[in-house]
Amino acid sequence: MPETSVENNKSTHYWRDNVRLILLCLLIWFLLSFGAGILFVEVLNRASVGGYPLGFWFAQQGSIIGFILLILFYNYRVRKLESKYSIEDANISE
Amino acid sequence: MSLQTLTYIAVGASFLLYIGIALWSRAKTTAEFYVAGKGVHPIANGMATAADWMSAASFISMAGLIAFLGYEGGVYLMGWTGGYVLLALLLAPYLRKYGKFSVPEFIGDRYYSSAARLVAAVCLIFISFTYVAGQMRGVGIVFSRFLEVDIDTGLYIGMAIVFVYAVLGGMRGITYTQVAQYCVLIFAYTVPAVFLSLQFTGVMLPQIGLGSEMVDGSGPLLEKLDQVIVDLGFSSYTAPFNDMSMVNMAAITLALMVGTAGLPHVIVRFFTVPSVNDARRSAVWALVFIAVLYTTAPAVGALARMNLVDTINGPAQQGVPYIEMPQWFKTWENSGLVAWHDHNGDGRLQHAAGNAVDGKPKFLGDPDDSAARGQWGQRLLSNPFNGLEAAAAPFSNEVYIDRDIMVLANPEIAGLPNWVIALVAAGGVAAALSTAAGLLLVISVAVSHDILKSTFAKGMNEKQELAAGRIAAAIAIIIAGFLGLNPPAFVAQVVAFAFGLAASSLFPVILLGIFSKRVNKWGAIAGMSVGLIFTMAYIIYFKGVFIAPLAENIPDNWLLGISPEGIGSVGMIVNFMVTLGVSRLTSPPPEDVQAMVERIRQPG
Repeated sequence: MPETSVENNKSTHYWRDNVRLILLCLLIWFLLSFGAGILFVEVLNRASVGGYPLGFWFAQQGSIIGFILLILFYNYRVRKLESKYSIEDANISE
Repeated sequence: MSLQTLTYIAVGASFLLYIGIALWSRAKTTAEFYVAGKGVHPIANGMATAADWMSAASFISMAGLIAFLGYEGGVYLMGWTGGYVLLALLLAPYLRKYGKFSVPEFIGDRYYSSAARLVAAVCLIFISFTYVAGQMRGVGIVFSRFLEVDIDTGLYIGMAIVFVYAVLGGMRGITYTQVAQYCVLIFAYTVPAVFLSLQFTGVMLPQIGLGSEMVDGSGPLLEKLDQVIVDLGFSSYTAPFNDMSMVNMAAITLALMVGTAGLPHVIVRFFTVPSVNDARRSAVWALVFIAVLYTTAPAVGALARMNLVDTINGPAQQGVPYIEMPQWFKTWENSGLVAWHDHNGDGRLQHAAGNAVDGKPKFLGDPDDSAARGQWGQRLLSNPFNGLEAAAAPFSNEVYIDRDIMVLANPEIAGLPNWVIALVAAGGVAAALSTAAGLLLVISVAVSHDILKSTFAKGMNEKQELAAGRIAAAIAIIIAGFLGLNPPAFVAQVVAFAFGLAASSLFPVILLGIFSKRVNKWGAIAGMSVGLIFTMAYIIYFKGVFIAPLAENIPDNWLLGISPEGIGSVGMIVNFMVTLGVSRLTSPPPEDVQAMVERIRQPG
């Protein structure tokens, strides 16, 4: 059944690309919060944004804003993947 | 109009609104009761998720914690928002594709084991009950402070309201009431913050205000705050790692993030939207709505700290005489959450680093007992601290302040109009009720769907199951009310417990269930149990739940320098290793389970 194997291939590729994208996003997630907000906070505090020390700003404002942008980025990219592999987002209400 | 009348109007009007919405959106089928018929718009679901998630702790306590922790308050800010990244990327879309009703149901199906489902249901019930007891207590406190009924009466009223809309409305009713509750709570939170920010910095947005110059020309707010509190002997507000080590801070942040992603009442909200893509969009909206409060809270914390020091120590930093203290101080003193002991006998209040009382204040008599009051009219204490100055403090601290009052007292401290204070009261109640309702719902689903229907009463038809769900919700409310009336000693430790358990038991097993086809029943059961037991044992060892703590809760005794609040992150790693290791040594899951994993990975 050649059709099924094409279908299988397509979903395997979609999944592989999706997992890569997720790993990239998790790396950014880590750098935003644990990196900028905790591990490198002392270095970043030497700079400032507005009246905020930069590391402090990441810990209390920047990370949260970054998280929102990050999820938006993921959603955008995963939609692109879906159209690349022509996967429809069906309205499933089973 | 008096503050009390205004508060009755604000809280009463919000209750009418909630009940009206509940009647309009009653659930008629089990699908509507459990997952709102999967027809919730992603933006509405985002708002409902935000209200569901932001509890009395977020609304009432968090800014107060930040006010006293400074930079380290970031653990809550990052921890309670970063979890949404994990939810959006790793769990929500796949669980929505799976398409059934509950988290234990997913675990039961994926690990082809009703034992695993039962274990997950019991974990869920335990986590949710500890949480809900705190919410009920929060409702009681707001009622007793602002409406001057006693805490118990406040609690009964709260129970009655939740009863109406959770039991009648199910998930459908709860969803739309939560949307309304979000609007009430976010308005109530941001209005006083905007006023405060304008007062101190002249900038309307608190998020910008926190990084701005003071109106009085004394330089940037954060610099000024650092300088003022360091002069009083406190550690700097913005400098890192005064209150927590770097390792511990990272561990707590991770545990809170992972715990958030593993909390069943949050996960289940993503079951209510029409499609996989809607689940993803909904996660963005949820985080946007949460971020409105979470980026405001640091400003509220810093401004409240500044405001408090100014009000108590006065412009000359010499202390304000008790007889000149504003009314809010005396009101909160009557409820026992602030206290003053005149160490130096000058009749003035002085606030600096160090303890004013030994632990929590113990008063000599009731508020209306004039014999238990001192020469200035202050309530006398039986346990003042020894009166010595703390290292680096210019004078000894005379004022005890409970951190939980910061948000509730803030509008009064800043002298804001009464309607703002009334609004804050309604917002606090909304935050507590919305979370309580979400938790009660997952408890009732776990009982009727995961325990009764799947194990003990398989023959139930839909009507009976719906009735069972309603009865379970009603019983859960009564138990929650009982826990609120008689709080067990460990309610204070709930946060550490609920997040640690969710992080170390549910999250790894759900995640691996999606991302690995090789992980099997034996791995999951072993991983969940080991993760759970490890985390529970560590918390009990230091915090002592049911038994006395076995070791002093200090950094020298901790494993790798990680406090019980952060141990969930170690428990999670243990769970991952055990689940993967045991699965490798045993046979792979059956074909149909592997096919199910394939299916949920594809959005289409």
